Amino acid sequence: MSPRRGIGTGAALLLVAVLAGLLAILGSVLGNPELFDAYAFRILMVMGINVTLAVSLNLVNGLAGQFSIGHAGFMSVGAYTSAALTYYVMRQAQGGAADIAWMVAALAVGGLAGAIAGLVVGLPSLRLRGDYLAIVTLGFGEIIRILILNIDAVGGPRGLSGIPRLTSFFWVWAVALGTVALSRNLATSTHGRALMAIREDELAAECLGVNTVRYKVAAFVLSSALAGVAGALYAHYDAYLNPASFSFLRSFEIIIMVILGGMGSTSGAVVGAVIITLLPELLRSAAQERMVVYAVLLILLMLLRPQGLMGSREVTLRGLRALWPRRKGVAR
Amino acid sequence: MQEIGQQLFNGLIWGGVYALIALGYTMVYGVLRLINFAHGDVYMVGAYLAFFTASALSVQAHSPAGMLLVLLAAMAGCGLLGFTIERAAYKPVRRAPRLTALITAIGVSLLLENGGQLVFGPNPRPFPAIVPDRAIASLGTVAVSSVQVMILGAVAVLLVGLQTLVQRTKVGKAMRAVSYNRDAASLMGINVDNIITFTFVLGSALAAVAGILVGLYTGTIDPLMGLLPGMKAFVAAVLGGIGSIPGAMLGGLVLGMAEVLVVAAGYSTYRDAIAFALLVLVLLLRPTGLLGTGAVEKV
Repeated sequence: MSPRRGIGTGAALLLVAVLAGLLAILGSVLGNPELFDAYAFRILMVMGINVTLAVSLNLVNGLAGQFSIGHAGFMSVGAYTSAALTYYVMRQAQGGAADIAWMVAALAVGGLAGAIAGLVVGLPSLRLRGDYLAIVTLGFGEIIRILILNIDAVGGPRGLSGIPRLTSFFWVWAVALGTVALSRNLATSTHGRALMAIREDELAAECLGVNTVRYKVAAFVLSSALAGVAGALYAHYDAYLNPASFSFLRSFEIIIMVILGGMGSTSGAVVGAVIITLLPELLRSAAQERMVVYAVLLILLMLLRPQGLMGSREVTLRGLRALWPRRKGVAR
Repeated sequence: MQEIGQQLFNGLIWGGVYALIALGYTMVYGVLRLINFAHGDVYMVGAYLAFFTASALSVQAHSPAGMLLVLLAAMAGCGLLGFTIERAAYKPVRRAPRLTALITAIGVSLLLENGGQLVFGPNPRPFPAIVPDRAIASLGTVAVSSVQVMILGAVAVLLVGLQTLVQRTKVGKAMRAVSYNRDAASLMGINVDNIITFTFVLGSALAAVAGILVGLYTGTIDPLMGLLPGMKAFVAAVLGGIGSIPGAMLGGLVLGMAEVLVVAAGYSTYRDAIAFALLVLVLLLRPTGLLGTGAVEKV
């Protein structure tokens, strides 16, 4: 028997509880406009949602190597379904424990809706590969957007406003950290290895007994579910949804995060999400040029460093610790 | 009933437009196995080049010489643009994994769209009527305008012309060889780089033709005009069987008709979804398209 690696269940629970407590405290400090800049706080919130989106897309595009360009579609399904629930049933934020219960319900419903949409789209599409898969997921993303545009109950082209504001710093970053942890653990598990085998050579993986269809669909469903959760967070943060914000340009943006960070690397996806969230803020004076900068960045990246900033490497605790003595050496 | 006739005719015209743009996708995919996402945007640039040339020369309607000049300028400009894109962005990633090339193509497309908004301004501009768009005939209750005839004429001429080029000339033979097996073609003494560049330049020049015709037909142009028609044209190319020139034509016409039928049935808000729905259906039921031939994957 191999020795157990990592920490035990009890210690893990304790770690989660401590982290949750820290997040709650941090959220209440940063969320107070007198203590922390409201503009910077907003960026932090958007960043958290983007981290969830990028890391979840990386499960399909990076880990399993299936190029999907429909992530915004699944995000919108989660956003609209959860928003319909809170808009029609809850109506208004009441504060206190009720809000927490509704937020959890909204996240669950968003995730479930995303997962169902992922299954419906993934089952037929994942028979295709490479650029055909890319173009079909793009098509599905657009179909989802046009369907929403035609549902009057959620506002259609006018958009849906007056969604209860339930999203807090705690929820955004709890989901983001949870997604990162899930993704990291998945990557080092049997299932993660199977997905990587599919990425490297689908035929060889199949020959080795990996049920490729099942794994691909499972990864796709998980990724869509997380996108749905991110959508629920987004819907209950701005309290306003519009189908136009879920076009394929949004999907491209998430893909750019993943590619910039390094496809296949969870920490890369996080780095990509952070950079792509901050970049527009730095370029705010040149809003028009922003998308041009994105485009040039993307082309240059492909020409000069197609593996992205991180490649397939990860930031690990051990890796960070190994940096210490070297830094000391430099200081001396 | 007369409306249906007119609608179907309009569908035929839009189908022709999709077919014209789809030609570029299908030719590039044929030789390079690359979805040139930027193709729809090259078509937009073509329309703008025509706009600026016509304005600069103050071309009047009824002046065939001026019209020809505008056409040639736009085609040359787009050909040059295609050449630049191919050499600067696609050639360096030709040996890289196909996803790298696909992402590069998405990048070039974003660059042209947003660069276009920056350079040309984001607002739509009226396209100069260098050809008078007037009703010249009526088939029963269907009114036919001069621009519509030009679109159908361009489709017919290009279908025959390109088929002849690909099937009967030496360059066409080389294109087919490169499409079949790039390395083997190279060993047979075909200059693969030149063939690929030629295909790109030709496809881009044809996109300019489509851009001008659409500018004349709709009367306005804007920097994002290539986005949706470009995607639909790609769908048309896949529908007909990507890599096949008659397939691109057929796919374009089927798509144009399908859109009009959806609108006629009263679901006009779903017009833009039908292309993607068709795409999904075709890829799932007959991935090689209507006229395409499949390739067997060798292990």
